[in-house]
Amino acid sequence: MHLDFGVVARSLPYLWKGFEYTVQLTAIAGLGGLFFGTLLALGRLSSLRWLAFVASAYVNLMRSIPLVLVIFWFFFLMPQVFQAMTGAERPVQIGAERTAIITFIMFEAAYFCEIMRAGIQSIPKGQVHSAYALGLTYGQAMRKVILPQAFRNMIPVLLTQTIILFQDTSLVYVISATDFVGAASKIAQRDGRLIEMYLFVAAVYFVLCYTLSFMVKRLQKKIAVIR
Amino acid sequence: MHVFNWHVFFEELPGGGEEYWQLIVSGVGWTLAVSACAWVIALFVGSLIGTIRTTNSPWLVRLGNAWVELFRNIPLLVQMFLWYFVIPEFIPPLKSWIVHADPTDAQFVCAVLCLGLFTSARIAEQVRAGIQSLPRGQRLAGMALGLTQPQVYRYVLLPMGFRIVIPPLTSETMNLIKNSSVALTIGLAELTFRARELGEYTFNFFEAFTAATVIYLVISMTANRLMAVIERRTAVPGYIAGGAK
Repeated sequence: MHLDFGVVARSLPYLWKGFEYTVQLTAIAGLGGLFFGTLLALGRLSSLRWLAFVASAYVNLMRSIPLVLVIFWFFFLMPQVFQAMTGAERPVQIGAERTAIITFIMFEAAYFCEIMRAGIQSIPKGQVHSAYALGLTYGQAMRKVILPQAFRNMIPVLLTQTIILFQDTSLVYVISATDFVGAASKIAQRDGRLIEMYLFVAAVYFVLCYTLSFMVKRLQKKIAVIR
Repeated sequence: MHVFNWHVFFEELPGGGEEYWQLIVSGVGWTLAVSACAWVIALFVGSLIGTIRTTNSPWLVRLGNAWVELFRNIPLLVQMFLWYFVIPEFIPPLKSWIVHADPTDAQFVCAVLCLGLFTSARIAEQVRAGIQSLPRGQRLAGMALGLTQPQVYRYVLLPMGFRIVIPPLTSETMNLIKNSSVALTIGLAELTFRARELGEYTFNFFEAFTAATVIYLVISMTANRLMAVIERRTAVPGYIAGGAK
């Protein structure tokens, strides 16, 4: 067998574009997921029973089916939803890359919801009571007292989940989006260089994720001391 | 507006002979087979790696840590490609087997190895945490009784450690079942693969994906109940509270 890693060097610009998309997808899905996840967590903890029910049903459904199936679901449903929303004559195609962004925001929201719920529940009840005693409304109490502390306590878990998200975004391969893995596999198949390409991709992911999770571990120790 | 056609499952395939529900059933079979085989590997290897990470031999601990980091920091999809396209190139006997074997067999073996070892790293992490959560006195008491290190593990630490680990193992089992869908990227015709295939043949994507979703829900609920029963059966009276409800 003859290995030729020159193929990696030759296709670096293309791979870099794919990698940029992977990072972009991770960032948008992470922030969007955190935002909607926090709303979902507030919904699950709400005293409105129907809201709590709807939020937990959504979260539990998302968490019990495979991500690949979720991606297929959104890839199929999204054009229909946009058609209904815009009143267009045909299903509106928005492309694999944009579909993936919406899918991952909605999917990650379910996972971030559970983290934020644990974060909110880790705040002593007294904090809520004293916020109300000071005359804050629900929104103010959440925004100014509870959520900042919940975020802070959950930072290591949120970051770990983001690293998992970074790895999971590779699954957009199944709808032929050109992320890092997608770009690599397109080159690999064109040039018949599967071995070199996939080894390179694995090495890049390993180095990045290992470094990031190492940093999260150090951060965790630092935060634990302060608390 | 879309008209639902739930009868699609009882229509015949273009080739004739089989009906679409049989496609879905064969997909479920592969999902269960891959998950079950991978689970056995994951439990065995994961327990072994998790255990050696708690020993006092620095080299064994390092080996265990390296194992866990290796499998945790590469996306499952990339690992699947490595097992199917790359690793056989470095192992000539495996390569020649794959070339001559039925493609489905090759995909199955690669998927099982990939998912088994991927999950083993997660189980190893849980087993290590379980053993380390035991009071230090248990190990010391075992040694004071004159047990050797293997005996301390066999009779003192592991029986308790495994019971502690059952709840996290339940969620790893569900993750494994969900992750088995990634095997479709190397062409294994498991449940998600079949659901998409049905959608592409008939354009009844909604019905096909609904069926797959419901089946995944049923499978993971069943796995959840099964693990809850095991948890109750193995609970140590007075030590670990209650077991799952």
